[in-house]
Amino acid sequence: MAASEPDYLRARSGIRSWLLTTDHKRIAIMFFVATTIAMMLGGTFAMLLRTKLLLPGPGIMEPITYNRMFTLHGVVMVFMFMIPAIPAVFGNFFLPIMLGAKDLAFPRINLASFYVYVFGATLTLWGMVHGGADTGWTFYAPYATVSPTDVAPIAIGVFVLGVSSIMTGLNFIATTHMLRREGLRWHGMPIFVWTLYATSIIQVIATPVLGLSVTLVALDHALKMGMFDPALGGDPVLFEHLFWFYSHPAVYIMILPGMGVVAEIIPTFAHKNQFSYKALAYSSLGIAFVGFLTWGHHLFVAGISQLDAALFGLMSMFVAIFSAIKVFTWVGTLYRGSIALKTPLLYMFAFIYLFVFGGMTGIAVATTSLDVHWHDTYFVIAHFHFIMIGGTLTAFLGATHYWFPKMFGRMYPERLGVVSAVLVFAGFNLTFVPQFLLGNAGMPRRYATYPVRFHLLNVISTIGAYTLGAALLLTLTYLLVALFYGKRAPANPWHSRGFEWRTPSPPPEHNFIKPFDPAYGPYAYDEPADPNLPKLDEAA
Amino acid sequence: MSDVLEVQYDTLARQHATARLGMWIFLASESLLFGGLFALYAAYRFIYPAEFHAAAAHANVVLGTINTYLLLTSSLTVALAIYETKHARRHRALILLAITIALGVTFEVLKGVEYGQHLADGIAPGGWYSYAALPAHGAVLYFTLYYLMTGLHALHVLGGLCALTWLWVLLYRGRLTPDSHVALELGGLYWHLVDLVWIFLWPLIYLVT
Repeated sequence: MAASEPDYLRARSGIRSWLLTTDHKRIAIMFFVATTIAMMLGGTFAMLLRTKLLLPGPGIMEPITYNRMFTLHGVVMVFMFMIPAIPAVFGNFFLPIMLGAKDLAFPRINLASFYVYVFGATLTLWGMVHGGADTGWTFYAPYATVSPTDVAPIAIGVFVLGVSSIMTGLNFIATTHMLRREGLRWHGMPIFVWTLYATSIIQVIATPVLGLSVTLVALDHALKMGMFDPALGGDPVLFEHLFWFYSHPAVYIMILPGMGVVAEIIPTFAHKNQFSYKALAYSSLGIAFVGFLTWGHHLFVAGISQLDAALFGLMSMFVAIFSAIKVFTWVGTLYRGSIALKTPLLYMFAFIYLFVFGGMTGIAVATTSLDVHWHDTYFVIAHFHFIMIGGTLTAFLGATHYWFPKMFGRMYPERLGVVSAVLVFAGFNLTFVPQFLLGNAGMPRRYATYPVRFHLLNVISTIGAYTLGAALLLTLTYLLVALFYGKRAPANPWHSRGFEWRTPSPPPEHNFIKPFDPAYGPYAYDEPADPNLPKLDEAA
Repeated sequence: MSDVLEVQYDTLARQHATARLGMWIFLASESLLFGGLFALYAAYRFIYPAEFHAAAAHANVVLGTINTYLLLTSSLTVALAIYETKHARRHRALILLAITIALGVTFEVLKGVEYGQHLADGIAPGGWYSYAALPAHGAVLYFTLYYLMTGLHALHVLGGLCALTWLWVLLYRGRLTPDSHVALELGGLYWHLVDLVWIFLWPLIYLVT
């Protein structure tokens, strides 16, 4: 079928047609570029940190530089990459398509959210070159309020990035409620939409509290407001409470959309219906809800009462129940499926492994007595990198490969994809498994140096980090090449039943030539396919 | 938000309903922004009950109460302005909206007078506090919170005033009609939130003593 409408990439031309676009797909591409740059920046800091830790004792950088470096690594990775990555890129692109809508509810707010992101990122980066911050990405008071470095612009930058996040969440909630195609019930929506919805609720409710708390730290630092200053009677632990009220749910902002990606990719490559649709849908909401009640587990050694600690520990373990429901459902979907072992699925295997490993160690640190031993050691570093990077990064890479044909109309090279997926997985484990051992042996986090007995494991960890970095560079390179020279992608290269595959690759400006029929479900592999549509693997 | 149908909607009614939903979501987010400060207030009030009691006695309850009347009345007038717009009485709506703006401006002026009085006494936030009659420990937290909470609120009033002024111009130019005035409804919703936050601030700051 000759597409009567040009695709969204060719519908308009010129730089203004990109910079002033209200098309959710183009905004998604702009976020793709921005978040990828952020990841490379944060990754570069990580490489420098690991290089410093290659040798004990003074090395390539001063301790204060090291402190600045890990702060920048954390701030960039958390606020500029992991939080926006999946919602603002893949959510932006696919949420309206999966709902059968022509755009998000508020396209101009969507465009504004991109520029707010750019402004926040610029402010933060300016703060970095201007003086940096050595507080870690958590900005803990009272140190953050007296640090000799330039905390205020970075904290305000984080606030601005949060505003962008709220705008995205607001848009997604309104779109999901108001713009579903007629006939598309809540229980007929793709799971990715459910996870984005749960994520959006967290973004809208929790982010303002983060904005407030980092602003108070900035005011403290710049204007001596002293809200958390013990000299004026203030209580620094209150900052930790407010900060983690956002920042723990923020972990679910990072991981929930990733879980949605897993739930899209697995049925496609197992060619099988979801093992339990409702379990996946409602466990996402469960995580979003319980995630608000667990923040205290970051304060076990900060002087909270034993009762509080026990309750927060218990609530944290509840999250594991919802997570386990998801893991079992994914595995159940794979069981006796007709599996096509392509790159996206490999990344999903990596996701499940890293997520289970990270999750189990999460249960361990949620146990108050064990946490006393592991708190602020490399054990915690390894744990949250397993969840946050192992989860978000593998989901991001899996989603990139899975949806690359749809977004750009080109195929990526499958062999190189498999090679880099294996390298990412190997490099990641090599980096962080030794850190579990280091932490358990007592190596504290956030020190520029360490005793000689930790040398070997640190060397292994650094080798792993280099492997991971090389694998990511390889991925970036072949994807950039594929963008221009890749094989043309058919409308549905994976023979998926998903709604987004029922439109040409890349989609036309208003997403569909012919609307899909939601009566033919996105995972209904045991039923006939939607007959009203052009043949699914037909070229665009 | 305008009366032009955007491509992703089937009907104008749907588009307006979505705009209202979007505003409610935004207000939920705003509530949590103030919620963080309320939580801080609660925690410090619990730690320093006597100091908060003494410091609150020093707040200007007369100005605070006048401001409460102003803001509550302005919430009524903005609601009436929407009502009159719905019933095609543009002239009355313009007057009511102008009264709303005037009340808001008066609120800000009185707030400024109050700040001026406190600063003249040396009651400044945080490390700048120098009021000898009240010991710094604890009381300074009350006053820092006072400045932060009312300051954030005053910024919201200012934002609301800008929005209401813009709406007044739209109304004046005949861009808001009885069938299509969702922007005015959104402005009204926002103004009510500003009012609602103040209803919590008034007892917390002026009446707790």
